[in-house]
Amino acid sequence: MTVPATPSTPLPTTLSTTPALEIRGLAKSFDRPAVAGLDLTVRAGEFYSLLGPNGAGKTTTLRMVAGLLPPDAGTIRICGINALRDPVEAKRIVAWVSDEPMIYDKLTPYEYLEFVSGLWGLKPTLAEARANELMDWLGLMPHAHERCEGFSKGMRQKVALAGALVHAPRVIILDEPLTGLDAGSARQVKRVLRERVEGGDTVIMTTHILEVAERMADRVGIIANGRLIAEGTLDELRAQSGRGESHSSLEDTFLTLVAEQQQQEQQAA
Amino acid sequence: MSAGSLTWFANHEIRLAWRDWLSMMTAGRRGREKVVALALALFVVGAHVLAWYFVAGYVDERTAATKPAFVVITGSVLLSWSLLISQAMESVTRAFYARSDLDLILSSPVKARKVFAVRIAAMAFSVIVMAALLASPIINVLIVRGGAGWLGAYGVVVAMGATAAAISVALTVALFRLIGPKRTRFVAQILAAVIAALFIIGLQVAAILSSDTLSRMVVLKSETLVALVPEVDSLVWWPARAALGDTSALAAVLGSSLAILAGAILLFSGRFGDHAIAASSVAASGKLQAQRTGFRRRSAARTLRQKEWTLLARDPWLMSQTLMQMLYLLPPALLLWRSYGEGTGVLVVLVPVLVMAAGQLAGGLAWLAISGEDAPDLVATAPIPRRMVVRAKVEAVLGGIALAFAPFVAALALLSIRGALITTLGVMAAAAAATQIQFFFRKQATRRYFRHRQTASRFATFAEAFSSIAWAATAALAIGGTWFALAPAAIGVGVLFAARLMSPHKT
Repeated sequence: MTVPATPSTPLPTTLSTTPALEIRGLAKSFDRPAVAGLDLTVRAGEFYSLLGPNGAGKTTTLRMVAGLLPPDAGTIRICGINALRDPVEAKRIVAWVSDEPMIYDKLTPYEYLEFVSGLWGLKPTLAEARANELMDWLGLMPHAHERCEGFSKGMRQKVALAGALVHAPRVIILDEPLTGLDAGSARQVKRVLRERVEGGDTVIMTTHILEVAERMADRVGIIANGRLIAEGTLDELRAQSGRGESHSSLEDTFLTLVAEQQQQEQQAA
Repeated sequence: MSAGSLTWFANHEIRLAWRDWLSMMTAGRRGREKVVALALALFVVGAHVLAWYFVAGYVDERTAATKPAFVVITGSVLLSWSLLISQAMESVTRAFYARSDLDLILSSPVKARKVFAVRIAAMAFSVIVMAALLASPIINVLIVRGGAGWLGAYGVVVAMGATAAAISVALTVALFRLIGPKRTRFVAQILAAVIAALFIIGLQVAAILSSDTLSRMVVLKSETLVALVPEVDSLVWWPARAALGDTSALAAVLGSSLAILAGAILLFSGRFGDHAIAASSVAASGKLQAQRTGFRRRSAARTLRQKEWTLLARDPWLMSQTLMQMLYLLPPALLLWRSYGEGTGVLVVLVPVLVMAAGQLAGGLAWLAISGEDAPDLVATAPIPRRMVVRAKVEAVLGGIALAFAPFVAALALLSIRGALITTLGVMAAAAAATQIQFFFRKQATRRYFRHRQTASRFATFAEAFSSIAWAATAALAIGGTWFALAPAAIGVGVLFAARLMSPHKT
C-alpha cells in the first residue's frame, strides 16, 4: 500500500534538481550562540540525519527551518522557496514532528487529521482518503474514533506522524521522533519514513539513537556548537575521522569527530 | 526529630506547603521575595484601612450579645465557612491527584496511615492559617473598636478551618466510594465551586426576593429574619458568642471542632492511602466518539474556531471552571426577571454585573485559546498567516461570549433597548480588552494549568480585573446617562496601553 504523495499545490518545476533544503549562514543566539553561521544542503529525495551532542544546535536549526523560530541571520530555502520571505508557501510542503507529540487529547485521530487537513486547505475527499490510508498504515484504524487522551506515547507519536504526513509534504523534518517508542512502534515509524523517501520525499531527522541513523540515513551531518563539523555517507565520515576501518560504527566515528572538534576548540581558546 | 516520625513528616509537609506558596507568590522567579514581602505589607495595611472603613462604624464597646448581632455574625461566619470548605476540598483533591510524591511515600516502609494523618492535619493547618490571615484585618479592627473580647473571633476562625478540613475530607472520601476515583476529581471540584457560590448566591436571591437589591447584608439585617431565627440562648449562636468573647462558648466551639478534625483524621487517614493509590492509577481512557465518515469542507479559520469550541465542549472540567462564574449571573437574572414593568432603575445594578462577568469569562476563554494551545507547533507550522490564527482564536472567544450573553441582552432589550445596546457595547469592550490582555501576556502552558494561570503573570491578572471593572463602571455610568462614563472608559483604554507596555511580547 502506498500513500499518495501528490502535493496539494503545484511545486516549482525545478524541484527535482533543486535541493530540498539549502541553509546559508544561519545564526541564532539565546544567552549564547546556539547556531553559528551554519551552512547545510540536503538533496531532494534523501534521508538526512542530523547528529550532535546535547545543546549542539540541532533542534534550534530544525525549528528555524520549520518556521517556528526566527533566525538572527542567514537564509533558508526549502525546495527553492525562500522560507523567510515566503513562509506560508514553504510551510505548505514541510511537515514538522517533534519528540513530544503535540496532539489534542479531546479529539480522535480521525478528527485530528480532519483538523490538520483543514489547516492545510486540503480537499476533503482527498484528505480523508489519505487519512484512512495513513491510519491503516500506522495501525491506528482500530482507534480512529477514540479520543487520544488514553493513548500511549507511541500511539500519540503515530497520530502526530499521520498528521504530519496527511498533507503529503515534500520535506519531513523530525526531531527525535523515536524517543520513548516501543520496538514495534519505532519499526512502524521507520518503515513509513523509508517509504516516503522511496516515494521521492526528503526526510531530515535528528536522533540520539546512532544505530537508526547508521541504518536509515543516506547521509549524516554532525553538528557541534552550532556548526556543521562533518557530513557525508558513513564511509565518508569514517574517512574524515581517520577511522577508515569498515567495522567501525557510526558511534565510534561520531565520538571521534566530536572529541576532535572539542579538542580544537580548547586549543583555540 | 527522628526520620519517619509524625513530627518529621509534619516538618516535610510544612516545608513543601511553604515552598508551594512562595513559588505561587513569586511566580517561581528567584530574587522576588523582597518585592513580594513589600507587596504583602502594603496589602496588609490596605486591607486594614478597608476593614476600618467598612467595619469600624458598626462596632463599638457597647456591641451586645443581641439577636441582630448574632444573625450578622453567624451569617458572616457561614459565608466564610462555605469558602473555607471549598478551599479545603481543593486541597484534598490536590492531595489525591496532583501530588507527585505518592508513589515514593506509599512504596516506603512507613505506615501510610501515619503519613496521611499528617497530611490531613497539614491541610487543615494551611486552611486555618490562610483564613486567619485573610480575616485578621476585620478581626483586628473589631478588637480595636469593640475590645479584647473580639480575640475570640480568632478561635472561631480556627474552629471554622478545622471543621472545613474535616468535612472536605469526609465529602471527598464519600465521593470516592460512591462514584469512584475517575469521576471524583471532576465532581469534587464542581462541588467545591458550588459550595463557595451557593451561600453567596442564596443570600443575594433572598435579598432580591425581599427588597429587590443584590446586597447580602440587607437579608442579614432584616427584621423578618431576626424574628424567624431562634432565641439568644440557642446553641446555634455559640460561634457568634465565641466571637464576641464568651470563653465557655469559645472553649466548646473550639474543642468540638478540633475533636471533629481528630475524628476525621482517625477515621479516614487509613483509607486515604487506598484512595490515593486508586486515584494515581486512574488512566484517562479514550472515550469513543460517534463514528462518521467524510471530512467537512471548512476554511482554515473556521477549522481553528471549531477546534476551540470542540475542545472546550468535550472537557467538562474546563467547561465547569470557565462557566462556573456564570452561576453568579443567576441573581442578576432573577433581579431582571423581577423588574419587568417596574422601570429601568434596576439596569444600573444589572448592566455592570454583566459587563464585569463578560470580561472575566473572556479572560478565561482567551487563556485557553491563546496560551492553552495543546499543539502550538502544529498550528505555527500550518501554511496560514499568523494574523489569521490570532483572528480565528479571538473570534472563537468572542463567539463564546456572544453565545453566553445573547439571552441576557435579548431579555434586557425587552426592558430597554438603550440598556441592551449599552450592555452589548460594554460586554464587547470588556471581552475584547480581556482577550487582548491575554494575548499580550501569552505563555505556552497545558490546559491542565487553567486554574493556575493567574500565577503566570500577576500583572495580566490585575490588568484583566481592572479592565473589567473599568468597563463595568463605564456601562453603569452610561446607563445613568452621564458623560462621566468617559472617565472609566479612558481608564480601561489606559489599562490596555499599560498592559501593552508591560507585555513580554512586543510584536
